[in-house]
Amino acid sequence: MNPMKNVVLFGATSAIAAAVARDLVDTGARLFCVARDGEALEALLADLRVRADDPDGARILGATADLADIDGHAAIWQQAQEALGEVDSALLAWGTLPDQAACNASVDETLEAIHVNGTSAIALLARIAPDFEARGGGVIAAIGSVAGDRGRQSNYVYGTAKGMLATYLQGLRNRLFFSGVDVVTLKPGFVRTPMTEGFNRAGALWAEPETVARGIVRAMRRGRDVAYLPAKWWVIMTIIRLIPEYLFKRLKL
Amino acid sequence: MTASWNRIPRVEHAAEVTLDRRGRALPDVPRPLLAHGLGRSYGDVCLNPEASLLHTPGLDRFVAFDAATGELTAEAGLSLDALLHFAVPRGWFPPVVPGTRFVTLGGAVANDVHGKNHHQAGSFGDHVRALTLRRSDGQVLEITPETTPDWFAATVGGLGLTGLIETVTLQLAPIRSAWMRAWSQRFDSLDAFWELNAQSEREWPYTVAWIDCLNPGANGRVGRGIYGGARHATTAPRKDAWHERRRSIPLDPPVSLVNRLTLRAFNHVYYRQPVHATPRAVHHLPWLFPLDAIRHWNRIYGHNGFYQYQCVLPPTDAKDGVQALLDAIAASGQGSFLAVLKTFGARPAPGMLSFPRPGATLALDFPEKGRDTERLFARLDAIVQEAGGALYPAKDARMPADVFRQGFPRWEAFAEYVDPEFSSGFWRRVTA
Repeated sequence: MNPMKNVVLFGATSAIAAAVARDLVDTGARLFCVARDGEALEALLADLRVRADDPDGARILGATADLADIDGHAAIWQQAQEALGEVDSALLAWGTLPDQAACNASVDETLEAIHVNGTSAIALLARIAPDFEARGGGVIAAIGSVAGDRGRQSNYVYGTAKGMLATYLQGLRNRLFFSGVDVVTLKPGFVRTPMTEGFNRAGALWAEPETVARGIVRAMRRGRDVAYLPAKWWVIMTIIRLIPEYLFKRLKL
Repeated sequence: MTASWNRIPRVEHAAEVTLDRRGRALPDVPRPLLAHGLGRSYGDVCLNPEASLLHTPGLDRFVAFDAATGELTAEAGLSLDALLHFAVPRGWFPPVVPGTRFVTLGGAVANDVHGKNHHQAGSFGDHVRALTLRRSDGQVLEITPETTPDWFAATVGGLGLTGLIETVTLQLAPIRSAWMRAWSQRFDSLDAFWELNAQSEREWPYTVAWIDCLNPGANGRVGRGIYGGARHATTAPRKDAWHERRRSIPLDPPVSLVNRLTLRAFNHVYYRQPVHATPRAVHHLPWLFPLDAIRHWNRIYGHNGFYQYQCVLPPTDAKDGVQALLDAIAASGQGSFLAVLKTFGARPAPGMLSFPRPGATLALDFPEKGRDTERLFARLDAIVQEAGGALYPAKDARMPADVFRQGFPRWEAFAEYVDPEFSSGFWRRVTA
């Protein structure tokens, strides 16, 4: 069991990460929240401090950073470590849902989406991994997506980035296993967050961020390798992965 | 499709947007706008047909809490359920709660909701210390009862029409236990109710009565029921743990389960439930929110939905008026599942359109039965109007404009404060 006492949340104002933060506050964890939007970060920190009975911000800390800007990674990671003293858990939770049609029409859009959702996360993982390795324990988790399991015409740029992230995590898990560090790949299905605003979000496949957050905390504590959230997505994606490509390419998914 | 709790009316919206950050400009969607919280009102105060809804439950952050004074500031989409989770273990309690905890702070302000403790605590707005209100012209008003009494009186009970309520500052009440001391007693007629009520209200902060509106009481007229009183306990019982046994109505039954036969049987059995004349320990959740234990209880009425009818009658006409209403319902044979009777305290409500006012309030629900239901409501309206009473907008899907205007004589003064880019189905219906 990972104790998760000192946790860094990258992309903390995302709906899922904010719900994770609320869960962790109740367990007494100390948090360092990183987000791009200063106002949103302040609102999040104020909320968490009320919940944590920590009006002075001794337990609930944070700083702004644009995590798509890889050059800033070293500084924000340094700041997080100094603020918490010791970091035993990190969750990477930033991302955007790119417009696939816009990507189809623009090479730049495609590469930007892959950068924000994939490359920049890999850059941060590469940055923080040695410190966890040296520490000899802890848990690193990143939010991938079921979309990374198979390329579909409706969102394969997003899927590419998340698939790349999943493969990187797989290798990193293998590498850090020998140092006692857990690396968790989180694969949420459809979640009712601002990112998916505008979709028809009725139906049993859509989950609330709070439900997914509980699953994330559980997976991180247990040091799961890969967690589909909610778990039924493992069944769904197994079936989808089993469809032969010569059939799959004919589907309108 | 977003509906209200009673599923009437069924309407389409031009756009529905989820708000998740405060301090942002209002979204660029077709006007007029209306904030929509958890949709627990019974009608169209929370609906905006052919226009846009702004869903607020994502605005659920705490802003500040003073553990010494119990003053709490939070975003308006925070639910009372979440507030209770936070406050009760810290020894604080929302000063006023309605019959369900699945409402937002913003909704509680906009409808100036009342609870079973109205006779001592007043309505929700009586405990609001400040509000921030976003107007469509980009202004954000900081509203308090002292500095901006006019905006405060318009926004408390203002049905969400004065703009988007972004944050609410509320004075919580101290408690010493999550438990309550509660008693209950049968009464066999309305006369007995009035007698019991007069005594109990002096001593008990929370009081409420359920009325059997199908089976006659001792004097041969409908009006028998069960009276309950409670206060927050100062200690917890020896077995302190309490778990809500959650039940759920999983799907719509093909026809309404509420009909003459089931109603008569239910009311009969309910009246015969064990009562506890000596106060005993009851957890606050089942006592204050009995129906919250049954998720989706509104489904028992089937797809067609149902109506709530909640009126208030002034003290002078309350006794005769309530009996007349019950007689009219009994004569129609359309009895209500859960008829709730309570008296309001004397304090004037803070909002221009606040529903609570001195007198007695009777809340009823009726399955949708088309013309029969309309005819019954017309009869009930006549009794309410005759008595100089009012109907509760938060529980209304059908009141005629003249009933609204008579019950809320300050509506024209209130209209001056309505944001030009905000409206609701209810507002258009009663002002058209």
